Amino acid sequence: MKRALRAVPAVWSVLAALVVSVGLLALAGAPPFEALVLVLDGAVGDGGRMADTLMSWVPLTLASAGLVVTFVAGLWNIGVEGQVIAGAIGATWAARTIPGDGLVVIPAALAVGVVAGAVWALAAGVLKTRGGVNEIFGGLGLGFVAQSVATYLIIGPWKRAGIASTSGTEPFREEVWLPTVGGTRLSPVAVLLAVAVIFLVWALLRGTRFGLRLKAVGANPASARLLGVPTEATVLRAFALGGGLAGLAGAVLATGIQHKLVPAIAGGRGFLAILVVLLAAYRIVWVAPIALFFAILSVGSAQLQLRLDLDSSIGGVLQGILVLFVILIGGWQALYRRGEP
Amino acid sequence: MTRAKKTWPALVALVALVLAACGGNGATETPETPETQAPETTAEPFVFGMILVGPQDDRGWSQAHFEGGKYVEEKMGAQMIVIDKVNPADRPDTSVEQVVDQMVEQGAQLIFATSDDMKDGILAAAKAYPDVPMIWSSGDSAWDIGKAYAGLPNLGNIMGQMEYGKMMAGCAAALKTETGSIGYLGPLINDETRRLTNSAYLGARYCYENYRGLNPDDLTFSVNWIGFWFNIPGVTLDPTQVTNDFFDGGADVVISGIDTTEALVRAGQRSAAGEKVWAVPYDYRGACAEAPEVCLGVPYFNWGPSYLEVARSVADGTFEATFQWVGPDWSDINNPDTSAIGFEFGEGLGDARADLEDFIAGLASGEIDLWVGPLNYQDGTPFLAAGEKATDLQIWYMPQLLEGMIGASSAE
Repeated sequence: MKRALRAVPAVWSVLAALVVSVGLLALAGAPPFEALVLVLDGAVGDGGRMADTLMSWVPLTLASAGLVVTFVAGLWNIGVEGQVIAGAIGATWAARTIPGDGLVVIPAALAVGVVAGAVWALAAGVLKTRGGVNEIFGGLGLGFVAQSVATYLIIGPWKRAGIASTSGTEPFREEVWLPTVGGTRLSPVAVLLAVAVIFLVWALLRGTRFGLRLKAVGANPASARLLGVPTEATVLRAFALGGGLAGLAGAVLATGIQHKLVPAIAGGRGFLAILVVLLAAYRIVWVAPIALFFAILSVGSAQLQLRLDLDSSIGGVLQGILVLFVILIGGWQALYRRGEP
Repeated sequence: MTRAKKTWPALVALVALVLAACGGNGATETPETPETQAPETTAEPFVFGMILVGPQDDRGWSQAHFEGGKYVEEKMGAQMIVIDKVNPADRPDTSVEQVVDQMVEQGAQLIFATSDDMKDGILAAAKAYPDVPMIWSSGDSAWDIGKAYAGLPNLGNIMGQMEYGKMMAGCAAALKTETGSIGYLGPLINDETRRLTNSAYLGARYCYENYRGLNPDDLTFSVNWIGFWFNIPGVTLDPTQVTNDFFDGGADVVISGIDTTEALVRAGQRSAAGEKVWAVPYDYRGACAEAPEVCLGVPYFNWGPSYLEVARSVADGTFEATFQWVGPDWSDINNPDTSAIGFEFGEGLGDARADLEDFIAGLASGEIDLWVGPLNYQDGTPFLAAGEKATDLQIWYMPQLLEGMIGASSAE
């Protein structure tokens, strides 16, 4: 029963948001149900669209999975966006620098992306444990730094010949793109990575000593320390793991989706991941479907303009409504629980 | 319960943050877009796709293309499928290739990709759909003597000869400046923007000397690049801030080279506060409306006629992927049916209008040709010897700004 209750924010928020969205679409003069069906159709209507949706799902899921690890440890690791960018920068460096074919360069690029994301998150971790800087501020600050570094690299050392534009680097040579199948943009490697990461994080939190320590530190760091949990080491490992997964998301974005580095490579997915994890109530098994929901919304909402000629910001409005309902319904629940004896 | 108490404020703060972050792409002040009115025709209408990099109502680059598409709809009874804000910052999950997939599936027989930024995407899409004619506007992929010839039989290019428009813009600024200092709000640095910025400078020098009777070497012409075609917070410089810096630094006219109207809007605000400043916007015929009294005029693109021509060629099966660098109709540069570029005079111009009209007449008759040497590049190396005329290739691919201009020619 408790479990079901805890899952409620996601379900009710999504439902309520849908109801309000229908109302808003009707107000905007659009056929609301047709609009929602179009969004769905635009995201999963055929193989190619499903492929695009899955490829949007992968980085969001990876970043969210990383966040689950840090959130469970009670760390407000909201610098994910920066960690995704760091991962993309790392992967771009590898793709541009390391010679050889895809079999060598792609794994290297993904690995460098993981390391870069981990290092970026560890910086926030060390700032917290050794510098007393709250990880929210450290993470956000480092996010701006990562964004600036990416922009600098794109307009400076990695610029296209004769051009100074934040548009992006020259595309990588095709052999270091994540291989795709069936004439779509689907990379099986990327999807497998995301599935494997979900399973690994699930297993880690469920059945390992490290997972237990994370939860202990998350529940009460002081008692955990008294009970002999190496708090600082656990915190830093959580950051490294969370950041590494965010970095992997960035590496997939660079090698599998954009095929180059662009300043907006993270595209807000780091922030969206926070929302995914909050909706999932920190539970990894819920991350996959909730991330899929957002991927569908994001990929499919282009249809609103393509088919119905609706303003392109409607997709963003739908997302905003959802966020509001998460707050609202979460708040009601908290109130209701407090009212209980 | 104490835990819940502690956590919820944090959650609310976080979610507010997320909301702020997500809100970035929702900031259009558009009223609802009108319903498409496909004219009643008996035959299946011609369907074409229009991919815009910015908002379709940006009063600049993207809106000019959007209006061009509307023109085709009107003249041909065609139907446009439009999607705006196709760039990784605004739509992280919508690439040019994806959009082309969708448009082809919706029956598009011709697709316009209307930004320099779409180069990689539209080249890939053109290869993926070799039977669907496409136009990459402002590009050079179909110019067989150009540096980036791709040889794709279904991908053509269209670009207006905005060099003339920018010369008019530069001239207007030079006719009006009292401080002898002009700022150029540049987007990113590439062949196109160097070419256009240089054109503005040439126009400014000519008019400063010939109409004002002043020494053009005393004219300060500074260029500052924001890094992209429009403002992306955290990535580009803020164009409003750059405009302020120009005015604070002594310039009294700012010429905009970016897709949007920040320079004009800011000039309007500072003028309302009592300063004598002006601006020259860009791209869209109606741009001056944002602040008419400080607007010296706007050099604009009129994509309609060129787009109509290519759409008709696709409809009747004579499409060829050519490189078109289309000039103004010198008999009437503001003729909406014939001229690819034009110049709409602004209220701010005042008495200087007569001189500018004279300058335009000179350009039209060929009496005034500013692409003639002696001209040097910014670092002093010769560009054109005395009396030498620049070729199209030399103009399109200018490697540097010109001597006398202040600002970066390429990335530092």
